[in-house]
Amino acid sequence: MASALTSRRSFLALTGLTALSVSLTAACGADGSGGTSADGKVSFDWWNIATTEPGKSLFPEISAAYTSAHPNVAIHTTSLENEAFKSKLTATTSSGKLPDVFQTWGGGVLRQQVDAGLVEDLTDVLDWSSELTPVSLQAYQIEGRTYGVPYDIGMVGFWYNKKLFARAGITAPPATWAEFLDAVGKLKAAGVTPIALAGKEKWPGHYYWAYLAMRVAGLPALQQASTSKDFTGAGFVQAGAHLKELVDLQPFQPSFLGAGYATPGGQAATMGNGKAAMELMGQWGPSVQKDAGADLGADLGFFPFPTVDGGVGKATEVFGGGGGFALRKGAPKEALDFLRFFVLENQAKLLASNGYLPVVKGAESGLTDANKKVVADSLVKATGFQLFLDQAYPPAVGQEVNDSVADLIAGKKTPDQVTASITEAAKSA
Amino acid sequence: MPSSVPALAKERTEDAVPVRRPPAPGRPSPRGWRDWAAVAWFLVPALVLFLVFVLAPIVVAVFTGFYKWGGIGPLDDFVGFANYTRLFEDRVFLGDLGRGLYLIVLSLTVQLPFALFTAVLLNQRLRGRAVYRMLFFAPYILSEVVTAVLFTMIFLPGSGMADHLAGLLGLESLQGRWLADPSTVMPTLFVVMVWKYFGFHMMLFLAGLQSIPSEILEAASLDGAGAWQRFRHVTLPLLGPTIRISVFLSVIGSIQLFDLVWVMTAGGPNHSSETMAIAMFQFGFKRYQVGYASAISVVLFMISLVFSLFYQRYVLRRDLSGAVTSGGGR
Repeated sequence: MASALTSRRSFLALTGLTALSVSLTAACGADGSGGTSADGKVSFDWWNIATTEPGKSLFPEISAAYTSAHPNVAIHTTSLENEAFKSKLTATTSSGKLPDVFQTWGGGVLRQQVDAGLVEDLTDVLDWSSELTPVSLQAYQIEGRTYGVPYDIGMVGFWYNKKLFARAGITAPPATWAEFLDAVGKLKAAGVTPIALAGKEKWPGHYYWAYLAMRVAGLPALQQASTSKDFTGAGFVQAGAHLKELVDLQPFQPSFLGAGYATPGGQAATMGNGKAAMELMGQWGPSVQKDAGADLGADLGFFPFPTVDGGVGKATEVFGGGGGFALRKGAPKEALDFLRFFVLENQAKLLASNGYLPVVKGAESGLTDANKKVVADSLVKATGFQLFLDQAYPPAVGQEVNDSVADLIAGKKTPDQVTASITEAAKSA
Repeated sequence: MPSSVPALAKERTEDAVPVRRPPAPGRPSPRGWRDWAAVAWFLVPALVLFLVFVLAPIVVAVFTGFYKWGGIGPLDDFVGFANYTRLFEDRVFLGDLGRGLYLIVLSLTVQLPFALFTAVLLNQRLRGRAVYRMLFFAPYILSEVVTAVLFTMIFLPGSGMADHLAGLLGLESLQGRWLADPSTVMPTLFVVMVWKYFGFHMMLFLAGLQSIPSEILEAASLDGAGAWQRFRHVTLPLLGPTIRISVFLSVIGSIQLFDLVWVMTAGGPNHSSETMAIAMFQFGFKRYQVGYASAISVVLFMISLVFSLFYQRYVLRRDLSGAVTSGGGR
């Protein structure tokens, strides 16, 4: 009896163990990288961040159109929310294996992946790159080589409430920093909160410092600083000092330090509900205003970041970013063909969905939304482009820019301390 | 850790009255190797899971804590204790330690007495006490994220309920500050913590109170002890084991606090509500400084471990038999 019991016990234990090891092996085996099988069938993975409309229904539509035209190709799609995508891709990257086609924003993270030898160099195979606008490609080019294909591009500028500007007696959008500070003063005098800012999230604040650095020190200085890892130049300190001039006017909505961006009561809602006169935000600004607050409609206008007297930067130099796809080293060539189909042949569809801005030359004429048109036109006329600093630089440096500038805005750091902290982070990154 | 709480609590309340059970009669003397082999077999799945998901990550974290590593590529930049020296020179991190201590002190001096007071109150013959118990315990069942989002709305500047109430109470100076002002953010967070967790401690105390035999209290009354004397000299000592467990859980919970803070303030404004766990997440997942983040996690782990061991050894010794630190003696 006893031995029968024991053997049944060991049988149960063995069964449990087998089940466990089988599931573990299965988990390890499911790496799902693409490849060609003997019968000419090709399959590849596609990781994107299209979890909200319009991409949520548009992306599967495009991939279905591609596979029905190419029956030998199967696309395995994984759609993840922005932040979830970033953590999952970080984990995947550290295992040394990337999905065949994956969302990228270019810049510092892409460079780390390229340096680790994980990303396909597209420079020689991308024979249709001349059809894309140079500005949209720039974020994916590292030392003259191209590692990604853009499907969206945009820029940051001031979205403003025309009605509130008129109430404060401001007739034309400010073109210089001095005029801008003057306008802030007028708005305050008229009892209007001049600027909405999401202090809790930090990244919206870094736009001010980055744009001021572009306007004062110039684009080459920003690129130079990131290679020499030295941000202590006079231009950068001056950018901080100009930002401090603005902060000293107390232009932001009450309790802005605790405000989120798209959350209830946050920056976009404050702006959309007409409780602040302007916000410095990317091309997505109006749609988030509508989502979190209300649609300002014809009252909403756009003007580029003002120039600074004595600075070297021009008003046509823009700051922004977009979205693109990169390929894993060794991804099947059909994956690149799919990207061509996605970007070139579906450009009109992407624009019509009102969620994306054109990356194909001349496609901006297809835009219907007035605000999107202004942004697209500014991008076409752009004479220089700087990617968001928290994406252009290695993550540790980008986050330090966000943190230090947030401290400057809260009065906890001086302009000198901001540049010193960023330099320290750059040197140790 | 929440998952282990019910088991612990149950064990405590069962022998809250220190009556030692006699050893089970007729228990077979030393087990045969077959029994041990069977036990080992049954332990294998649990052990494998424990090794893979608990022990291995700890070892890996200690290991990567000695490297400068971005999470990608080979671990080849050994820096020794540099991550740790950097950590203890970082004013923000030292602030994190201070804020951990702040939460611990407030939890022990405000939250637990409050929970005890409510428990004693709800242990009386009170009309509808079951309803009150349920209401006070309900917040504990809510997920941390739901709680945090809820309180973000309540503390919303301008239109939130907190601003409205402050206005009614004539506390206009508080309006619009709450989570948005470095000087009010920690007390505000603490209020949310108390709201969320005091019901749990109240339940522990209630269970403890109910295991106190009424005969003892009656005897004390007959001897002429007043209500306060009965509480001070009978109830409180007999509640000792429960209180000690409550203190333990409060301290560990305060040290490891993450989700409530992350959703409500993300550690802001300007690090004024950052905890150690938040710093670890920031460096690991936002800045990709995985080596440095590992060092933070090791410090967090060591603080929790050292506290747990000392607490078990010197405070819980009477309550927990057979714990790692009890030295085998009973």
